[in-house]
This record gives sequence, C-alpha cells and structure tokens, in this order.
Amino acid sequence: MTFVDDKAVITGVGQSQIGRRIGRDGIDLGIEAALRAIADAGLTPDDIDGVASYPGPVSAEAGFAGAATHDVRDALGLRTSWHLSGVETPGQIGTLLDACAAVATGRATHVLCFRSVWESTAQSAGRARALTERAARAGGHLQWRMPFGAASPANWIGMYAQRYMHEFGLTREQLAQVALNGRRNAALNPNAIYRDPMTLEDYLSARIISWPLCLYDCDVPCDGATAVIVSRREAAGGLRRSPISIEAAGSALNERHSWDQRTDLTTMAAHDAAEHMWRTTTMTPDDVDFAELYDGFSYLTTQWIEALGFCERGKVGPFLEDGERFSPGGDFPLNTHGGQLSAGRLHGYGFLHEACLQLWGDAGERQITKPVSVAAIGVGGGPEAGCMLLHREE
Amino acid sequence: MTGTVRPEYRMLPEISKDTEPFWTGGAEGELRIHRCRACECWFHPPAGVCFRCRSRDVGPQAVSGRAKVAAYTINQHTWFPGFPPPYIVALVELDEEPDVRLTTNIVDCAVADVRVGMPVQVTFDRHEDVWVPIFRPVAS
Repeated sequence: MTFVDDKAVITGVGQSQIGRRIGRDGIDLGIEAALRAIADAGLTPDDIDGVASYPGPVSAEAGFAGAATHDVRDALGLRTSWHLSGVETPGQIGTLLDACAAVATGRATHVLCFRSVWESTAQSAGRARALTERAARAGGHLQWRMPFGAASPANWIGMYAQRYMHEFGLTREQLAQVALNGRRNAALNPNAIYRDPMTLEDYLSARIISWPLCLYDCDVPCDGATAVIVSRREAAGGLRRSPISIEAAGSALNERHSWDQRTDLTTMAAHDAAEHMWRTTTMTPDDVDFAELYDGFSYLTTQWIEALGFCERGKVGPFLEDGERFSPGGDFPLNTHGGQLSAGRLHGYGFLHEACLQLWGDAGERQITKPVSVAAIGVGGGPEAGCMLLHREE
Repeated sequence: MTGTVRPEYRMLPEISKDTEPFWTGGAEGELRIHRCRACECWFHPPAGVCFRCRSRDVGPQAVSGRAKVAAYTINQHTWFPGFPPPYIVALVELDEEPDVRLTTNIVDCAVADVRVGMPVQVTFDRHEDVWVPIFRPVAS
C-alpha cells in the first residue's frame, strides 16, 4: 500500500434519500448524508475536524452544486482544522484524495467528504430551459462548443464514441450492455431510480440524443447526497467498521485539459489516471474482485474498463457481450447498484459508496456472491478522471 | 435528412484579445489559428504561449481552411429552440496540423453522409460580431 503512505482509511459512508423531484434541496440532502456517514463510522459530529466536497460554490446548471463545504460545515456547527472544495480536480473524487493527504500529514483526523445534487427538483422545469436562460454568451471551454449547438456532454462524448466505433468496431448492441447491466443490477437496489426491466429491444428503439448515444446511454438526473468519512489510520481502531484502505489512487492528466485536443480520440483522461494508479501499486487488474466505473454516459464505462486494463485496447466490445458476467453473481461484477444510468446521477460518489458497502458485505440483496476484498473505482469522463483501488482489511 | 445549414440562433462566445482573430477572421474570409513562430507548430485554443516549446513568440495566422473530419455526432435533441435538430457536430483536423482540432458543424451535407476522413472546407456563419467557422464537404 502506497497511497499517502497508508495513513488514511475509509471508516464510514452514508447516503440521503434519493429520488426524482423529491422537493428537497441540496443542503438538506447533504446534511442527511453527512449525519448518516458520521454515525456509520461510529463517530459524532464533534469528532469531525475536516470537511471536503466537490464541486464547491460554482455557477452551473440548477442543482449541480447541491451543497458547498461551508453549507454543511456551518449547518452542523463543525469546528475544523482543515477544509476544502474544488471543481478543478481529478474526477469528482479529487477533493477526497486531498482529504486523504490532509489526514496523512496531520492536518485533520476525521474528514467528512461529500457530494450533493438536487438536479431533478431544481431542473423540473426542463433542462433546455436551464440552458437557454444562461448568460447570452459562452465563456471558458463552452465558447468552443456552444456556438455549434454542442451544448451537452452527450454531444462531446458522442463524438468520442463514434470515433472509437469507427476504429475498433464497437457496436450499439455491445455498448447497450452497460445500460442493460445497470438496469438489471438496479432491480436489486431499493434506492435506484429506474428498476423496471429493460431489454435490448427497448434500448435500440429509444430516442437518439446525439448519435450514436440514445436516451439510455445518458444518466438520470436525481436528488441525493453521498458522504464518506476518511480517517487517520491510528484513529480508526475501535470504530464501528473495519477500515477500508486505499491501496492506490490515480490522478494524472498527461495532456491539456480539453474536450477536443487530446492526441488520441480513442482514449480519455481515464487512461492517464489509470496508468498512474497501476504505477503506484504491486497489485494488477487480476487482483480486482469487482469494479464501479463511472457511467454518466455508457461509453465512459467502456473507456474505464479499457483504461484500467480489464480488457485489451480496442476489445471492449467483445468484452461486454456476455452481460451476465457483470451481475452480482458473475465473475466481474460491475456497477452493482445500477450505476448512474439506472440508480441516479449521484455524480461519482455513488460508485465509492457502493464499493464500500460491497466490501463490508452490507449491500443487501445485491451483495456480490463471491468473497470480495479489492474494488476498482473510476470516476469522471473526458478530461476529468480519478481512480482508486480500495482494499478491505480482515 | 439534411443537416441544418444556418440556424437562426447560435449561443455566441465571449471574445477576448486572444480569441478575437479566430472569431472575426471570417470577415476577411480567413480562418485564423494561433501559430508558434519558434517551433512553427499551430495550436488551438489560442493562448499567449506555445504549449509545446513555451515560446511567447506566438500569434494568429491564416490557414487554408481545409480539414478532415476526425469524429462526428448527429445531434437529434433540441438544446436551443432557434437551433433545430438534426445537425452534425464534428471534430475536424486542420490539413496544416492534424493535431489542431476544431469542434464545428458540417453543413451542406446530409446527416447520413458524414464520414471520418471526409475532406471539408471552412465557411463562415455570421451572427452579430462573430463569424462562426463551420465546414462543408469538398472533393478530395
């Protein structure tokens, strides 16, 4: 174990109510998730001396920045020696990786890390309206996309998916397996948004959003917050849970932070982060028992599978064909809670939460059948990517 | 289906000193891309330094406007009422420097006909003070 010299561990997780248009705001949900995670770790709010969140108080579409670090910190009256939020991070778990470093260097002992969204309630008037109500002119990276009607990551990621299909022959039927697996697994998750069965026929007849991506390739906005407690190892003894250690983490970005200038269009920042992660551990992909891989769009999961070395480059299509492999009873369980496609767009932290529950054997009906001790988590898409290898200690 | 040729509305960019040559070069029929005078490489988006050799001796220069489609998507969703689908969003690679890509629209092209490797030529769609560079197919 190499990440921050093995000085930081995960000791608790918590999730708020999750749903569509539940009429609760992001701060309310963030508080609920935080209190549940603190209790799950066997701590009280007075034990928390650090707070980290993604993305912080940024301007974005309604409900995207559900609760800032200070919103939850102040609401709970926390006294802290360290705090942070950020959006320019390696994937949505970026500030959590920094929380590990803060703990390892003695700046905090128990850090509350969270991500809250309430996009479903906040945008119930419609996404298109949210877009057109923006400022009249586009700045930042959006200035290179908005003038061309490329308003959505569905457009940006659709182009990467098209080029990969062109290069390597990935088919829509193969890509569909990511969505179908998510829906199958979500049926076993009582908190998932969409639990009704979906067939390949349903997928292929769904409305195209931006070819080759259809409606079921895009995740579902929801309301919900997830919190994770990162603790200093010496302070984790005697707590409620057996600590989960962070075997390795990947945060590298080897090219410009860009949606269109990356040298190889059949890769993403996921490849840089994954290479970084494997370079810092003696474990290999063969040691991984299951994976929770970001599916804001189905194609992103296929990129993580390949980036993390679970299949050969260019071969993710055939790898996906046998969908049963990815169920809790299969040999490579994947997105066991349903992913963001079916369980809701909890934006990265949902995968971390699910991995911890599985490692602790607390995933209920969807608990992986075989014994599991190592999980791979990959979070983000395009130029955003962070990944972790979690290890449950005996 | 034919792709939208000229939408009534485009969300326009904020224009800065660095990006002004790119967004207004169309007034003279020119696609202007930043180039490093030290290593002679082109780069995009424009900035005050070459990201390869870090020379500050950089500036806009007209390119031929010829490019090839590197990737595309056929947008079928209405994001803006004044920009109705279907339309082609593409990444094109400039003939001068294939490392330089632009996100753009392919116009005067049926959405079913766009292909990776298709040769295209710049044209401009003026909205207010912005000449939006878009591309149409040409014979190879």
